[in-house]
Amino acid sequence: MTEQINQAINREYEAGFVSDIESETFEPGLDEDVIRRISTMKNEPEWMLEWRLKAFALWQKMEEPEWAHVHYPEINFQDISYYSAPKSMADKPKSLDEVDPELLATYDKLGIPLLEQQMLAGVAVDAVFDSVSVVTTFREKLAESGVIFCPISEAIQEYPELVKKYLGSVVPQRDNYYAALNCAVFTDGSFVYIPKGVRCPMELSTYFRINEMNTGQFERTLIIADEGSHVSYLEGCTAPQRDENQLHAAVVELVALDNAEIKYSTVQNWYPGDENGKGGIYNFVTKRAVCHTSAKVSWTQVETGSAVTWKYPSCILRGDNSIGEFYSVALTRGMQQADTGTKMIHMGKNTKSTIISKGISAGRSNNSYRGLVRMGPRADGARNFTQCDSLLIGGQCGAHTFPYVESKNPSAIVEHEATTSKVSDDQMFLCQQRGLDPEKAVSMIVNGFCKEVFKELPMEFAVEAGKLLEISLEGSVG
Amino acid sequence: MLSIKNLQASVEEKEILKGLDLEVKPGEVHAIMGPNGAGKSTMGYVMSGREGYEVNEGSVTLDGVDLLGLEAEERARAGLFLAFQYPVEIPGVSNLEFMKAAVDAQREAKGEEAVSSKDFLKMAREACKQVHLPAEFLKRGVNEGFSGGEKKRNEIMQMLLLKPKLCILDESDSGLDIDALQVVAEGVNSQRSPDRSFIVVTHYQRLLDYIKPDFVHVLSDGKIVKSGDASLALELEEQGYNWLTEQREQSA
Ligand SMILES: Nc1ncnc2c1ncn2[C@@H]1O[C@H](COP(=O)(O)OP(=O)(O)OP(=O)(O)O)[C@@H](O)[C@H]1O
Ligand SMILES: [Mg+2]
Repeated sequence: MTEQINQAINREYEAGFVSDIESETFEPGLDEDVIRRISTMKNEPEWMLEWRLKAFALWQKMEEPEWAHVHYPEINFQDISYYSAPKSMADKPKSLDEVDPELLATYDKLGIPLLEQQMLAGVAVDAVFDSVSVVTTFREKLAESGVIFCPISEAIQEYPELVKKYLGSVVPQRDNYYAALNCAVFTDGSFVYIPKGVRCPMELSTYFRINEMNTGQFERTLIIADEGSHVSYLEGCTAPQRDENQLHAAVVELVALDNAEIKYSTVQNWYPGDENGKGGIYNFVTKRAVCHTSAKVSWTQVETGSAVTWKYPSCILRGDNSIGEFYSVALTRGMQQADTGTKMIHMGKNTKSTIISKGISAGRSNNSYRGLVRMGPRADGARNFTQCDSLLIGGQCGAHTFPYVESKNPSAIVEHEATTSKVSDDQMFLCQQRGLDPEKAVSMIVNGFCKEVFKELPMEFAVEAGKLLEISLEGSVG
Repeated sequence: MLSIKNLQASVEEKEILKGLDLEVKPGEVHAIMGPNGAGKSTMGYVMSGREGYEVNEGSVTLDGVDLLGLEAEERARAGLFLAFQYPVEIPGVSNLEFMKAAVDAQREAKGEEAVSSKDFLKMAREACKQVHLPAEFLKRGVNEGFSGGEKKRNEIMQMLLLKPKLCILDESDSGLDIDALQVVAEGVNSQRSPDRSFIVVTHYQRLLDYIKPDFVHVLSDGKIVKSGDASLALELEEQGYNWLTEQREQSA
């Protein structure tokens, strides 16, 4: 059975193709001059350049973190190119008709049609290719309700007041090593602003694609939900299959003002490397939300890709009665390593948080949950519930749980449940005895294990996530 | 229909089946009785292709198809169904979704189209009704938190949906209350037909009052040691198995 499982798991990565697109790419290397050039490419105002340079100075004094349960060779930051954009983007296309057809074809192949008439009704997409946003759909329609959805590079020019006020307000430049690096060199990403009292009329989503060799992707996302507003946002990520490791170090900041609600879902499928651990993306991401009074933020993530993942979407529950949620499925196979989890920082009274983490390990992979729940001195009546389940497929993988609890308020309640289970021979046999082949059996058992998280995803994406798991697991059984 | 010849099999290097012979014709019901540890469940597992069970000798054919050469799922698709003595849970996978996948997989193997979700729901509700399981059980995870008796009824529900050629019921009566016993028996009887056969493993004559067997066999120490008609079950109920095993020891 273990052997069958391994076969199923070592299936090819479907998004692994390379697009033949002429690009303008910086020589590898990182110094102040590179940062100035990025800023110039983006036509940035002076304040933005200064902000970047400040971050760069901070970063140079920082050290790469080593506490995570992951191992990888030292990254040489001088070997990476920090900017790459399709040449056709030099004079910015004004409409979809002007976008390089090869680019549109790339997204089509990934199952993300960008031509609006072919799109899933009700989903607006920002497509980020290497270092630039190539197209953002449905912008006019969103603008009718006052919603701003555009590349962050554009927001810096068009909405400097909003950007200045909120950029770095949730994740400060000095927060951590990769965040500081991102502040210095970020190239593009999405910007969202939902005005007071507005319910965003459609799902917003961003698809990130790394194409160029030896480039890093440093995207930056900023979502501001003004008082009483509501938005659901989804990001997806893929990259070609390459023998070298590539770095992805993103920062996502969410601001939920009083009574606002943000639902942020991720379907992450960066190239995981081959079964021997060659190649794959290093995914070192900082995602954090701040929730003001009675605001609510839900992070839902389905992570199947990347060679190494280091990621802890967090909520700072600053306002009274605010709510933070984290629903996660992390699947590792082959030689993948994931150290992921969340931080729930309870500051306000009666704040609530829920953490549901489902880790699935197969092959020789290592899957760790790391979570912090902190109850501040003012957090009277705060509550957290954490459930952390691990599922093992085969006998060579590892699952680890590192829960941290810090409580400075005796009235706060923290509950933690953890389980570890295996896909058992009995379950496999029951499925097969009813006529299911082993691959279908494993994917069904794993899907069942993840059900609590999938039901949090927007409808269309729940299906996508289920399929993704199925694909990722193919060959993992026998 | 089913022909088992000189079946010898072992688990973990331990010999369990030691030359088992059994012929089942279409439409027949065969009851298998025998002491704990005799190898009754093992027989079901070996026939249905469970991993870890080594066949050392012998053959099993279903309508001329050599079952031993097939994967477990292929045997199921060939029409073999095993109702488990200890049904396992599959948390989070609803009974409905599980059975739809199973039925579709079996139909696909026969080159038939998948059933529409709507039709399937109707069929599944009907099957639940037949074994007196409330329709909510379709939404619950497979056997998840089911009581012992509910699990057994759920197995029969699955049999009703799959319409197999040969059904092996491994102690489907154990742990059932008296009403449930009748429900299970009725479920089985409703499926009796000239082209469907049953192997009913049980420890109790009581079940055989409801499901009338054509033959009763005693399996002991990996072999069929005695066969007879329904009256053999009554005899066993009164006298136990000792007289049989003693007889064998004497003759040996
Ligand atoms: N995995 C295993 N490893 C070792 N021995 C096993 C294994 N599986 C079954 N056995 C042994 O095989 C023998 C037959 O077991 P089996 O379950 O077939 O008996 P049974 O006739 O169904 O008994 P019961 O009436 O108690 O259900 C028993 O002695 C059992 O301990
Ligand atoms: Mg048994």
